[in-house]
Amino acid sequence: MKAVVLLDFWASPFGQRCRIALAEKGVEYEYREENILGAKSPLLLKSNPVYKKIPVLIHDGKPVCESLIIVQYIDEAWPDRAPLLPADPYARAQARFWADFVDMKVRSPYADASHEFDSCSSLRIATNNCAQPVCSQHPLTLFFMYQFFEYGSRLWKLKGEAQAAAKEEFILILKLLEGELGAKKYFGGDAFGFVDIALAPFVSWFYSYETCAGFSIEEAAPKVAAWGKRCMDRKSVANAVSHPDKIYEMVGVLKKKFGVE
Amino acid sequence: MDPPSSLKLLGSWADSHTHRVQLALKLKGLEFEYQEEDVINPSPALLLHNPIYKKVPVLLHSDRPVVESVVILQYIDETWADNPIMPSDPFERAVARFWCHFAEDKLAPAVGAVFSSSGEGQKAAVDQVHDNLKLLERELRDGAFKGQRFFGGEKIGLLDIVLGCGSYWLAVFEEVMEVKLVDPGTFPVFHAWLKDFEEQNEVKETIPAIDKLLEYARGIRQMMLRLSNGTSTTVPATAGTTGAINVAVDGSSG
Repeated sequence: MKAVVLLDFWASPFGQRCRIALAEKGVEYEYREENILGAKSPLLLKSNPVYKKIPVLIHDGKPVCESLIIVQYIDEAWPDRAPLLPADPYARAQARFWADFVDMKVRSPYADASHEFDSCSSLRIATNNCAQPVCSQHPLTLFFMYQFFEYGSRLWKLKGEAQAAAKEEFILILKLLEGELGAKKYFGGDAFGFVDIALAPFVSWFYSYETCAGFSIEEAAPKVAAWGKRCMDRKSVANAVSHPDKIYEMVGVLKKKFGVE
Repeated sequence: MDPPSSLKLLGSWADSHTHRVQLALKLKGLEFEYQEEDVINPSPALLLHNPIYKKVPVLLHSDRPVVESVVILQYIDETWADNPIMPSDPFERAVARFWCHFAEDKLAPAVGAVFSSSGEGQKAAVDQVHDNLKLLERELRDGAFKGQRFFGGEKIGLLDIVLGCGSYWLAVFEEVMEVKLVDPGTFPVFHAWLKDFEEQNEVKETIPAIDKLLEYARGIRQMMLRLSNGTSTTVPATAGTTGAINVAVDGSSG
């Protein structure tokens, strides 16, 4: 096993955050795809016994879990290059606040589902607020349920008035981010950093959000849209994130599966 | 570096997230002005300085706001280097941050659920608390914190502050709800740590007297039971009680 190993899943925006950070630092690592549709690997279970989820960064045999914690670890373990957080404590506090904001607003609104997505009990919790009965046995279903609720799912899961309300709320979140970004090149200023890394993987989801809920991110938050394009120009981001078409395809499968028009 | 008199904390007396910040400031020997907030009716200052979440605690340092308690704790540690509350090693820092996340993500909501439910729902919530405490017990006994007096080592650190300010609700809920949450037989290391933590002078100066907390919790519980009409289900927090419950169990105060 190499000195740095990343347990991950190709489509996970949380794993992508870690990949971006490692690339920014120029750290060589071994990428290990976890088959989250099947049994979890012994290494994953040993490395993240509390949550049993990817991503997990293993550095010299020591595991670090939770994507934003991993990104901060990467910054602190390789301090000599490409700082991901600013040096000033107040600016660091702002960066941590906004990265947490991205996490809170991107997560499912059904806050009682603390997601260990492989367990049937969490699936039961996750379906509490979903009108559709779901087969809880099939691992593919479990995967999609996790995806479904975790990534701004309201925008394509809901219809009619509920979807319109979800859209308004999402636009509000975008406008808050727009306000924070302002005239800056990146959320961190001139340098690409922590908040950019936290949000960049979700840029691939913009097309799906727009198409399903019927709005334009460019119109609602032009600075964020432009920022998204700038991020995609960075090699570290382009190599890590999923193509918007692939995400849209996946969302289409989800919608069919759960009978959402 | 600014003189400490430029520090002001907006908080709430029964809010464990506020206690975290108060304790950290005390451990650092920093003086600060304190302003009590009514969480149901936030002051203009609170709305100005925390427009997104409108919640306590908010630390103002030379009028610049820092919000979210774990962010504030790290800010304090990075601004005033004496008496560090974070470890210096990157891996140990990641471990501390992970268990802080666990405390907020799993333990606090489970403890809150004990308080806001009854019957079968409450039993399930108590089981969840026990499952979470088992994980902490294991980590204290055999894992990352083995052999240490506190999570931070010989002295109180970030994780002690985050877990400790909130764990006093365990004893309060045990009494008010008549459930057993921290059985010293089942969780000997966690229990010992908590007792040691609560004996520290700075902690005693920060955490309100137990009878005040009991009275507060009883009041909220009665209000919630009236709202639920005595049905045996989890009580959804209504607008009026949300602030109070969140203050009590801080699932979502900053």
